Amino acid sequence: MERKIRVLVAKPGLDGHDRGAKIVARALRDAGMEVIYTGLHQTAEMVVEAAIQEDVDVVGLSLLSGAHMTLFVDVAKLLKKKGMSDVLIVGGGIIPEEDVPKLKKEGISAVFGPGTPCDEISDYIKKKVKR
Amino acid sequence: MKDLVSKVLKGDPHSIARLITLAENNDPVATSAMKDIHPHTGSAHVIGITGVMGSGKSTLICELTRLFRKQGKTVGIIAIDPTSPFSGGALLGDRVRMTELAMDDGVFIRSMGTHGMLGGLTSAVYDVVEILDASGKDVVIVETVGVGQAEVDVIKIADTTLVIVVPGLGDSIQTLKAGIMEIADIYVVNKADRPGVEQTVAEVESLVDISCSGKEKKIPVLSTVAKQNKGIDELLKEIDKHKKHLEKTKEFEKQRRLRYEAELVEIIRKRLMNFIFDESTFKDKIESLINQISKKQVDPYTAAEEILGKILK
Repeated sequence: MERKIRVLVAKPGLDGHDRGAKIVARALRDAGMEVIYTGLHQTAEMVVEAAIQEDVDVVGLSLLSGAHMTLFVDVAKLLKKKGMSDVLIVGGGIIPEEDVPKLKKEGISAVFGPGTPCDEISDYIKKKVKR
Repeated sequence: MKDLVSKVLKGDPHSIARLITLAENNDPVATSAMKDIHPHTGSAHVIGITGVMGSGKSTLICELTRLFRKQGKTVGIIAIDPTSPFSGGALLGDRVRMTELAMDDGVFIRSMGTHGMLGGLTSAVYDVVEILDASGKDVVIVETVGVGQAEVDVIKIADTTLVIVVPGLGDSIQTLKAGIMEIADIYVVNKADRPGVEQTVAEVESLVDISCSGKEKKIPVLSTVAKQNKGIDELLKEIDKHKKHLEKTKEFEKQRRLRYEAELVEIIRKRLMNFIFDESTFKDKIESLINQISKKQVDPYTAAEEILGKILK
């Protein structure tokens, strides 16, 4: 049996808008991945704990509140601290363009803004995740 | 590998998670690890929870787990959701209802896809129960996919099986049907704040009356509102009572034998299927036989006999 790519899709912070996260989760499911959806209002610690227990290859973070520079970076740092530095981190939501290079420097591998075709996200993950 | 097993036995979450992944993917490392794990299993109380989709299984598990934690017990949760028959992908969403447990290091939650298995479970679930058991969890809860009428495999793995029903899904004829309504050690009528709950409870109770007449132990029927944490204390008491009953009557060993039988059958099935359908020599033969069946040159029975003949000689 082919090994399935496991992706955690999480909504960190105080942001109740999860339509985007759900659409991406659904698209990754249709691309043959196992998507674990955590629900809303997660702390960085909760996201990382779930990533460990679920042994995921990818953590996908969605945030529309503007707190991405704090929360995305917290998740990236904590993952590293917990020995999960091989996990691919991707982000999405309302992320100003000038923040993208800074996020990449902190370990968020790619940022997908509104209007990104879902295939682009699943293709990116498939290419990046080592089998 | 020895290192991985010893870390699992110490309860290290990274190692538990990694071994589960290996087991799910039928990795040879997992096979050899599972051989070392087995002697360390058998102490966890395995609770199976099944019911239709949306009946509140995940929410109920969250509330039950909080009470187990208050008793000082550690809990492993295996939450199964369906794998797509089309894409092979899955959306595993049971964690959403268990957010409160996320930061408790006495709780380990793992979401799994069914990977084409029918019956409400997934093939690797036997391994995962053993891994969580060996890692020192006092209670292992298996949540099946949202089931219909006939997915009853959970009884093979659970010491105690809970069937969750909700008001408003049908009349008393539904409770008389074979399948899911036969497998409960405890019935839970969840969402008991909904209209029609009295009727549902009465119907399940009358089912219990019919099926338990003459027996000394009657199957309990409980009402809960998981979301408001109502009735969960009583449910926990019934679960403990059932466990004590199993221990007292030697039913425990019988139940465990049933699990090991199912597990053995599953391992053999998996290996045989793999051998027949994935080994290249048979693969070509099977392809050509399917073509011949389509052209009516051979019938399916003769084709099956030809393949089995090659293996059994």
